[in-house]
Amino acid sequence: MNISRRQILILLPAAAVAWKSVLAGTPEASPNYKMSDHWWGMLIDISKCIGCGNCVRACQTENDVPDGLFRTWVERYHVSDENMTSPEVISPDGGKEGFPVAKADEGKYFFVPKMCNHCADSPCTQVCPVGATFISPDGVVLVDRTYCLGCAYCVQACPYGCRYIHPEKKVADKCTLCYHRITKGLTTACCEACPTGARQLADLKNPRDPIHEFLKTHSVQVLKPQMATGAKVFYSDLDGSVR
Amino acid sequence: MSGVEGFMYPNEVGLQWSVLIVLYPFITGLVAGAFILASLERVFRVEAVKPTYRLALLTALAFLLVAPLPLQLHLGHPERSPEMYFTPHSTSAMAMFGYVYLWYLMAVLVLEIWLDYRRDIVLLSKSSKGLLRLIYGVMTLGSSNISERSLAIDERVGWIVTLVGIPSAFLLHGYVGFIFGSIKANPWWSSPLMPVVFIFSAMVSGIAGVMLLYMALTRLRKEEIDMPCVDTVAMYMFYIFIIDFSLEMLDLAHRIYEADESFRSLNFMVHTKLYFSQIVIQIFLGTITPLALLLATQVVKLPEIARKRIYVTAGILALVGIFAMRWNVVIGGQLFSKSFLGYTTYKMGLVTREGLLVAIALTLLPLLFLWVLVKLLPPWAEKGAPKAVAAD
Amino acid sequence: MSVFKDAGHLFRFAGLFVLAFLAFLVVRHFVVPKSFGQYGHYRGAAIGEIAARPVKFAGHEKCETCHTDVMDKKKDGRHAHVNCEACHGAQDQHAGDPSAAKVVLPDTAVLCARCHTASAAKPKGFPQVEPADHSQGLPCETCHQPHNPGLDTPKTDTPKTDAGGAK
Repeated sequence: MNISRRQILILLPAAAVAWKSVLAGTPEASPNYKMSDHWWGMLIDISKCIGCGNCVRACQTENDVPDGLFRTWVERYHVSDENMTSPEVISPDGGKEGFPVAKADEGKYFFVPKMCNHCADSPCTQVCPVGATFISPDGVVLVDRTYCLGCAYCVQACPYGCRYIHPEKKVADKCTLCYHRITKGLTTACCEACPTGARQLADLKNPRDPIHEFLKTHSVQVLKPQMATGAKVFYSDLDGSVR
Repeated sequence: MSGVEGFMYPNEVGLQWSVLIVLYPFITGLVAGAFILASLERVFRVEAVKPTYRLALLTALAFLLVAPLPLQLHLGHPERSPEMYFTPHSTSAMAMFGYVYLWYLMAVLVLEIWLDYRRDIVLLSKSSKGLLRLIYGVMTLGSSNISERSLAIDERVGWIVTLVGIPSAFLLHGYVGFIFGSIKANPWWSSPLMPVVFIFSAMVSGIAGVMLLYMALTRLRKEEIDMPCVDTVAMYMFYIFIIDFSLEMLDLAHRIYEADESFRSLNFMVHTKLYFSQIVIQIFLGTITPLALLLATQVVKLPEIARKRIYVTAGILALVGIFAMRWNVVIGGQLFSKSFLGYTTYKMGLVTREGLLVAIALTLLPLLFLWVLVKLLPPWAEKGAPKAVAAD
Repeated sequence: MSVFKDAGHLFRFAGLFVLAFLAFLVVRHFVVPKSFGQYGHYRGAAIGEIAARPVKFAGHEKCETCHTDVMDKKKDGRHAHVNCEACHGAQDQHAGDPSAAKVVLPDTAVLCARCHTASAAKPKGFPQVEPADHSQGLPCETCHQPHNPGLDTPKTDTPKTDAGGAK
C-alpha cells in the first residue's frame, strides 16, 4: 500500500495521541462519557426515607461489600422534646433488613441514610501518603486498589465513618458512587433500589439535572458542615440533632 | 454488637490502628530523646553527661532500626511501601516518613556514630581477625587515615551533624504528633499541641531510657556509676518532664473550659474506658510519682544509694507513663464514636500479626540490636586499658 | 591539597549517598506507573479500571425494553416510581440473557412487610399497616397486585374483599 508523505504527516500525530491514550489506560467507560461534563453529588430527602434498607442491600449486592461493613447504611434517630441534643440512634446491621417497629411516643423518629459524601475538599484524599485515593475529575472520590498500602490513615481522617479496610483485599474501600454505573448512564444501585425516591443521584454540572430546581426551592444541609469538607451529598429536612 | 455501648457508625466498631501503632511513636520517641541527650554534650557542652554520649547514640540507632517494623506489620500491603519513596503525596504528613527516616538514619545517626567511632573502627579493623576484620574493614570505607588533622575535621563535621540532628530528631518524632494532631475528624487527636507534647514526652522517655541503660550496663561491667553524670541526666529529665506535664495539663484545661461538642463524650470516656490507662497509669503512676521522686532529689540532699534507687524507679515509671500516653492517644482516639454517641472496645490479639506477643517482641528487639552494637562498637574502653581518647 | 587528603573518607561517605540517589532515580523511572500524575497525584488508569467493574443491577430502563405490559400496568398506580429491581433484586444477568438466568419471584410476606409494616418511625403520609390485623394471615397479593397495588385495580382471579385496605 502506498502511503503518501501527506498521509504520514496526518497519521503520525494522531497515532501518537492514540498511543498515549492507550498507555494511559482508557478513562472513559462509555465512548460518550466525558469526565469534564460532570460533577457528581447526591440528594437525600429525609422526609421520604422509610428505613426499608433496600439501598443497603442493593449496594452490598452491586459492589460485593463484605458482611459487617458498609458503603452505605441507614440510621434511625429518636429525638425527644426535652433532650433535642442527645438523640437515641440505632443502625441494626446498618439497617440492611430494615428496623424494628417503633412505638409512638412524645419524641420524633426519622431515618438518615449515610454514605460517602464525595467531598470536594476531602480530608481523606489529603492524608493519603501515596496517592491511592483521590477525587476524579468528575467529582467522585475513589480508591485505587492496586496502589493502596492499607495504612488506614484515610479511614481515620474521614469525619463521617464511611471508609473501612476490606478484610480480604487489605486495602481501603468505600462508596464509589457506583462509578461503574454512572459513567454508563445508569444511576447508582442505592438510588435504583430506593422505592420512595428518597435518594437521587445528582449531576451538579448538568443544567438540566432536577437537583438545581430542588436546591432553589428547598433548604438543604450537609453533614458536619463545621468540618468544611465540601460534602456533595445534600440532605433535605435534616434535623439539627443528626450527628 | 459485642463490646459496643451506645451508637457507633457501623464501620467504626473495629479499631484500625493497633498496639503496633502505639509502639511506633514510643520507639521513635526513644530515638529522638536519646539523641537529644547525646546533643546535650556535643552541642551544649554539658560535660557531666559525657559518659552517656556514645551509649545514647547506639541506643538511638538500635531503636531506629526497629522503628519501621511495627509499621510494616500493620500495613495491608507492606510490599507497596516503597511507593512512599516514589510517589509521596505532598499533603500527607505520613508521606514524609520514608524520607525523614532515611535522612535521620544515614545523614545524622550513622554519620555521627561513624565520625565519632572512626578512629576505633580503623584500629579494630587492623587488630581483628576473620569476619570481624571484614566488617570493620567495610566500615572504614577503605580509608585508614586517622591523623590528627582528619580527626579534627571529623570533630568539626560531627558537631555540625549533631546541630542539624537536633531539628531532624524533632522532625522524626514531631511529624508523628502532626499525623494525629492534624486530623480534624478526631477531636481527641486534633490539636496544635500534639507535635509539641509528643516531642517533650519523647525527650523524657529517651533520657530515662539511656539513663537506665547506662546504670544497668555499668553495673554489668562491674564499674562505678558516674554519679555526677547520672545526677545531671536526671535533672534534665526532671525539668523536661515538668514542661511535658504542663503541656498536657494545658490541653486538658483547654478542653474542659471550652467544652465543645466532643467534650461530654470524651470526658465520659476518660472516666470509664480510659480511667485505668490514663488516670492511674499515665498521670498518677507515670507522671506525678516520678516527678515527686525526682523533685525530692532536687530539693533534698540524699545519699548516693537513695538517689540511685529513686532514679531507677522514676526512670521505669516514666517509661511506663510515656508508653501509656501513646496508648491513650492512639487507642483512646478510636474508642469513641465520631457521632459522640457511643464507645467500642479494643480487642488486642495475642498471637496475631498485630497482637501482644509481636508488640513485646518488637520492644525487646532493639535491646538485642543494642547488645550487638555495644559489642561491635564499645562505648567505653575495657577495664584497666588506657581509655581510648574519643574525639573531643 | 591537604584538606582533601585528610577529608577523603568524608568524600567517600558522600559518594555513597550520590550513588544511592542515582540508583533511586533509575529505579523510580521504571517503577512508577506510566499513568501516574495524568489527572492528579494518582494513577490515572485507576479511573478506567473502576469504571469497568461489572454491573449487577440492570436499571429499570433495561427491564422496560421487554416488559412493556408491566410498564403499562405500573405507570398509573402508586408503585409507578418503584423500580423493578427494588423488589425483584439485581437482574442484569437476566436482562443480558433472559432464558439463561431465570428470575425468582420475591416472597411477598417478607418483601411487602419491609416497607409497609406500620411503625411510628416512618413518615406519617406513607401507606403502612399492622400486618397481623390487616390481612388475617392472607398473602398480600390476595387483594393487591404488586405492580399496581391500588384496590380498584382488577385482579386476575381473586375477588375484591373488604380488608380495610391501606390508606
